[in-house]
Amino acid sequence: MGNLFSLDAWMMVWHYKDTFILGFLTTVQVSLISLLISLTLGLIFGLMATSNKLSLQAIARVYVEFIQNTPLLLQICFLYYALSFSGNGIGILASGIISIGLYHGAYMAEVIRAGIQSIHKGQFEAAQSQGFDYFGTMYYIILPQSIKIILPPMVNQVVNLVKNTSCLYIIGGTDLISLTYNFVTGASTGGAYGPAYLVCGLLFFVFCYPLSKLASNWENNLKKRDRMSSTAK
Amino acid sequence: MDATLMQEWLASFHILSIDAIIIYILKGTLFTVIISAIAVILGIIFGSVLALVRNYCNEPKYRIFKYMAVTYIEVFRNTPLLLWIFICVVFCPVPSLFAHKLFGLTSVETKLLFKASIALILFTSSVIAEIIRGGLNSIPQGQFEAGHSQGFNIVQSMIYIILPQAIKNVVPTLLSQIITTIKDSSYLANVATVELMSRVRQILSSANMYNGLGNINVSDVFVLYGCAAAIYFIINFSLSLLVRHLNKNKVRKYVVSKA
Repeated sequence: MGNLFSLDAWMMVWHYKDTFILGFLTTVQVSLISLLISLTLGLIFGLMATSNKLSLQAIARVYVEFIQNTPLLLQICFLYYALSFSGNGIGILASGIISIGLYHGAYMAEVIRAGIQSIHKGQFEAAQSQGFDYFGTMYYIILPQSIKIILPPMVNQVVNLVKNTSCLYIIGGTDLISLTYNFVTGASTGGAYGPAYLVCGLLFFVFCYPLSKLASNWENNLKKRDRMSSTAK
Repeated sequence: MDATLMQEWLASFHILSIDAIIIYILKGTLFTVIISAIAVILGIIFGSVLALVRNYCNEPKYRIFKYMAVTYIEVFRNTPLLLWIFICVVFCPVPSLFAHKLFGLTSVETKLLFKASIALILFTSSVIAEIIRGGLNSIPQGQFEAGHSQGFNIVQSMIYIILPQAIKNVVPTLLSQIITTIKDSSYLANVATVELMSRVRQILSSANMYNGLGNINVSDVFVLYGCAAAIYFIINFSLSLLVRHLNKNKVRKYVVSKA
């Protein structure tokens, strides 16, 4: 583990702490914006996949299958290089945010679809008989009921999204992991591998652990409640 | 304008007609599949151990192992794979078995491949541990008691009774984990190893030599990454069809057994 316990290396990391803070903030920023994109896309395509129109279902299916079966790294590279070689480059961060948003949008769509489909069909019919239109049904009746099924896997997806911001490295981003790597390999700052990677991992852990803990607690509570209600029957 | 565009596209497709490049890409695909398969198989072994330790080492004497397993799983699940690849590239020791020329790679490439694969294996085990733990939790307590009453000790009943059922329950999830692992293996491209994604990137970076035009065009990006995307898609989509088939069978079996 080399210099994990060397004071000099730690002093170096402390001296360049701004690098890590900047990287962490970029990671947070990328995560938040792409989370917004993915939630929007997820809602749109999730609703499309559960609609009655076959053409809409097919579009949602193609989007989800295509995105889920190719690696995010490939999509980021594709978007970034295709745009920059054709002379319409939109910058590293923007391409990263868009492709991460697109990628996780597909996962969110699947989560939302599963949530909506878990609601009993009678609920849709009841809403229709009461004169709700499609969006009214979804907004007032279906989504509030499915939200507790949707939330745990959705939070898990958020954790994955945060971890996947590391993909920006391949196109030369300025997120936490790229800056850490530049720091440890830089000419004037190089060498402090142990401490720098430890700090980087710790920052990711601090960000992700509460979220994944929240998701698993939620899920366990749901399962417990299900078990209790099924034994009560 | 249109004529030059046409020429660019033809030149890009010409890259894919070079035999050496096709073989290079296909070998990369093979490496991707093999690395992922090894990662999943070793991941199932390590993951089972981790899951068993996390679930059943509750006696005060052994509780330290439980905490170690919990720490391992949570640390790896909440940090990105890329970080572990970087860490392994610097710190992972390479046994002499892998420190020379192998599979037509140079010794530097084999070493790098070994280190990066270790990172992938470590990362995948933590995910698979959680999957198997889900399977273990679905086994009713009566199975342990039945095993105990038949004179199995705890290790025997784990190996012969509990674990086979738990793994059988999570086979579809494990298969979809293979899809995730194949996608995750593309992260190895970050340290320029030999799998599909990094090979396609290498070809793109010198596409000007192969397409005969002297410069890299958008069409090269489309053709090369399109080819890689198609390969990934074919592998993963066929796996996900298999998963869906298994899941459907499982539901049917469940319905039948209930009736």
